[in-house]
Parts: sequence; C-alpha cells; structure tokens
Amino acid sequence: MVATRYETAFKLYPYEAVERSGVVRHPVVIVGGGPVGLALALDLGQRGTPALVLDDHDGAGLGSKAICFAKRTLDIATRLGAGAPMVEKGVVWNVGKVFHGAGKLFEFNLLPETGHRNPAFINLQQPYFEKYLVDAIRKAQDQGAPIEIRGRNRVTSMTRHDGYVTLNVETPDGPYTLEADWLIACDGARSVTRDMMGLSFDGRVFEDNFLIADVKMKADFPTERWFWFEPPFEGAGQSALLHKQPDDIWRIDFQLGWDIDRERELDPARIRTRVDAMLSSQTGTIPKYELEWTSIYTFQCRRMETFRHGNVFFAGDSAHQVSPFGARGANSGVQDAENLAWKLDLVLKGRAGDELLDSYATEREYAADENILNSSRATDFMTPKSEVSQIFRNAVLDMAARAPFARPLVNSGRLSVPCTYDDFPLFGEDALIGPHASRPGASCPDAPVGDGFLLDHLTGGFTLLALGDTTPKAFSVEGVVVRTVHLAEVSKDLAARYLGDADRAIYLIRPDQHVVARWPEFDADAVKAALSRAIGKGAA
Amino acid sequence: MSLKQDPNIPDPDGFYQELLAAHDGLSKAESDALNARLILTLANHIGDCEVLRDALKAVK
Repeated sequence: MVATRYETAFKLYPYEAVERSGVVRHPVVIVGGGPVGLALALDLGQRGTPALVLDDHDGAGLGSKAICFAKRTLDIATRLGAGAPMVEKGVVWNVGKVFHGAGKLFEFNLLPETGHRNPAFINLQQPYFEKYLVDAIRKAQDQGAPIEIRGRNRVTSMTRHDGYVTLNVETPDGPYTLEADWLIACDGARSVTRDMMGLSFDGRVFEDNFLIADVKMKADFPTERWFWFEPPFEGAGQSALLHKQPDDIWRIDFQLGWDIDRERELDPARIRTRVDAMLSSQTGTIPKYELEWTSIYTFQCRRMETFRHGNVFFAGDSAHQVSPFGARGANSGVQDAENLAWKLDLVLKGRAGDELLDSYATEREYAADENILNSSRATDFMTPKSEVSQIFRNAVLDMAARAPFARPLVNSGRLSVPCTYDDFPLFGEDALIGPHASRPGASCPDAPVGDGFLLDHLTGGFTLLALGDTTPKAFSVEGVVVRTVHLAEVSKDLAARYLGDADRAIYLIRPDQHVVARWPEFDADAVKAALSRAIGKGAA
Repeated sequence: MSLKQDPNIPDPDGFYQELLAAHDGLSKAESDALNARLILTLANHIGDCEVLRDALKAVK
C-alpha cells in the first residue's frame, strides 16, 4: 500500500507497473517530485544524464504551499523551457501598501528595472509550477531526454554501500528494490530520507501561528499587496497580509500569536469575520467571496549541518527550512537543483572529479544561511521577542509614516534574490574594473540582446561571453568544452550591467549562469586556469 | 547641515539586528538606560545643535 498523505491538484505522473526482473542500478535517483526534484531531473535529463524521480503521490499536492516565484527561479525555469507558461499564468504586481493599525504608513511601487525577460517575481500556486515543469519534462522525454518519473513509488528503507545505495520501494503492486549510484533527497521539510539516515535538522522554532485563508472573489479589487502591522480588525492578531494569485484567488495571512485555540480559529464563521473586516477596510464594502482553503501553520528556520553525505545529497526543504517571509523556500530549493545538476552531470561523464560535488554543499549551505538570516530578521521584526524590541519596532513604524529614512527598516520579508558566491574557491579573478552586480560569484543579470535577452545565450555548458571589439577563441580543458558567445554590438543596458566604463570584456560563465571570472582582454592561459578551477581541479 | 530624513544606513537590516542584539538579556530598566547612553553618545557625535534640535522636533 502507498498511503495518500494529501490530495493532489493535478495528476501528473500516474502509477505504472514497474518491470521487476532483477534489481536495476540507476545512476541518479531523486526522491520527491516537488519543484526541486522536478527541476533537477529536467536539468540532468536535458544534459543527457539519466534521472529517475520517485514520488509517493501521482501529482502536485493541493493546498497552500509556495506562491511566490522570484526572478532567478523564473530565469532557471526559462533555461529549462518551463518559464513562459509560468509568467503567463502568474500574477505580477508592483504596488504595495503598508499599514499600521488603521492608518497607512506608506505606499511603494517596485518599478522593476527594464531589460529583463522575467519580472522580479510572480505569484503562482505551487501546483502550477510543478505542472509546467512536468510539461517540460514530457517534452524533453519526447526529444530523448533520459528522465523517468514514477508516481506512487514510496521509498520505505535504504541501505548505504560503498559507492551506491539500495532502496526498497513500495508501490500499489507491492514492493521492489532498486539501486542508485547517487541519491538526491528532495523530499521536503519532513524528509524521510534524512530520518532514515538518522541525520539531525536543527534550528529555531518561532513561537507564532499563522492562519492562511485563500479566498476566491471575482470582485474588482486592486492587484496590490497589502500588509498590516497590528491590524485594526477584530481578532486579526499581530499582522495581516493580502495578495493576489491566479484564478481569482487571494491569499490572506493572519499572524495569530502563540497561545491559540486552533479549532476555534479555523471556524469558518470566525475566519469570515476577519476577512470581511480586512476586505472592507479600504473600500468600505465587502465583496462576495468563497473560502477556498484554510489552515494554520507554525514555522521554523533550520538546516542540516551538511547537504552532502557521500553519494547522498539533500536539496530544498529537506536540507533547509525558512519562514515564508521573503519567499525563500521553493526559490532557494530550485537554485540548489540548478547548482547540483551541472556538477553531477560533469562528474557522471568523467569530466570532473568527485571534489566538484563538495562545492554543491559549501555553496548552497552558504546560500541557506543567507536565506535563514533574512527570514529570521523579517520574523523578528514581525514578532518582536521582547518589550524593547516591540518598542523599537513600533518606533520604526511611527517614523516610517513621517520620514523616508525609516522605511527601509520596515521588514515584512525581503524578497528572495540569488546569493553571490564571493570568495568561494571555484571562482576566479576579477581583472576587469566592471560593475559590482556582475562580479565573479554573482548570477548573471539579464539584459536585452537583439530581439531577445542575454540569458538565452548562456545555456548548456560553460560560456565565454565576449563583449565589444575582442577576439576570443573556442577551447576546452580535459573534455569540458567552452562555447563562445561574441556580442560585438552591446546594448545600453548590457553595457551598464557588464562593461561599466570599459569598452570590451571577457566573462567566463558557469552552466548555472554564475560568473566565474572576468577580464578586460582575452588571455587563453588565464581563461583555461579559471575553467580548471571552476570544475574543481585547482588552477592549471 | 540639516537633519537627514532620507535613508542613510547602507545595511538597514544588519544595523537593526545589531541594535536589538545589544539589548539581549537586559531588563526593561537596563534597556532604557542603554538607550539613553546611546542617544547621548550619538548626540555628541552629531555635535550640531541645530541638527539635534531638528531631530527632537521630528520625533515629538
């Protein structure tokens, strides 16, 4: 039996009987078909490396999960061929209002920087994100990508051997056994893989409860994000949030505090009273709406001590968990997947050594710490933990209404941006006096190129990006080929983001679109040394 | 010099965290005293009576 733990929104990978003649060894097995496992499988498969995904359900789980996908995630999805439908379906918003009690503190307009293919972020329910990834996987499979997803395949036990892992898998037709050279646990915050290995998951529990109400309303209501500190509505708690998702759904959050009666708070009549008060507070009228989904959650910030245990890797929520403020859960998980995919692909093809995989752990542990720091700070602002922090918090809010200086201190979540791997060992020299945003370690900012965008050119393996009047040559190091992209015509935005005051530049860029090193001129020896370093072989 | 009312702290979230960390483990009375010492120290650093007067006006 494979027990159903939750309802699915979409059936994406129905159960199919598995051939049981003998124990099959797979190069890569991914446990968990959420956003992280699917992105990883797609990335590996497109590179020609086989990936088998095992999921104990047959589709995307229903309910309130991730709803905000940031630009870096959309850029990754675009590279994987799944970005366009996400942006088309998603809701883009720019205007936000911050309230304190009954009064409005300030209003902001994000006015996103132009010249990027993707918006700063979209609101989109997680099941859609998963569906579009699976659609892209089906397309890749049709083109021969060696990806397989097995629905209703639940891993029940694992045994680690020297160089491989044996998994016992339960299915509706009974159990079977398979082996994996590499196992990637993308099985969420309650990771069964982590438990089976007896690994700890430590951190901080925040003493707070949040009530989620997703409401469906067709009313003509502005597409804005509204956030209240100390909302004036009856029983609304410490803070409240309203923002829009596709399909006329609005996500509403109420921060209820620690000592609550869960059953009472989930009473639909009680929820409706709060929602009525919130919706009518600005417009004076209560639009017609239905409660689509309600739940109460608590949250934690924690991470595993290390994300690599030999040939077992942890990615996404199984490795690190953050509070939802700033949308750093699914977004950072997809970045984990992208970081691991090209490294695992090179190692499986024998073009890089095992030590390259250690950098997955060090780089993504650093990213997780940055996300936990940001999400903890937001939480501390929203839930002051002492009288004096409450006084300071309210002083910030008071001053924010009067003077611009206090507004950057108001923190209801800092939106997920990719981390920059400053001074990490795989990154090389910064020999160009260039813009800070595109320094070695940073993920490449997008920019217009011809009728399209720069990131469209940075796909596949390593890229040597040559800008302006310069003459790069194609080359490789120990079988790792570097593709050259020469853009003699440099648009204004591209120059601002990559050249600064220089009139030409050479960038070496990783398969995950992070800058390895940059130079004012092409120097074959310098580029070769940087590439060698980028694949974990040290300076050549 | 006039009183700066626009954002002037490069890493606001980091500053705010350090400010509150300075109060960790203190009683309310100790926190109030720390705040008073902090205001006096910052006022001395500013030194300009006109700016200080403007600041007092801005927060009343």
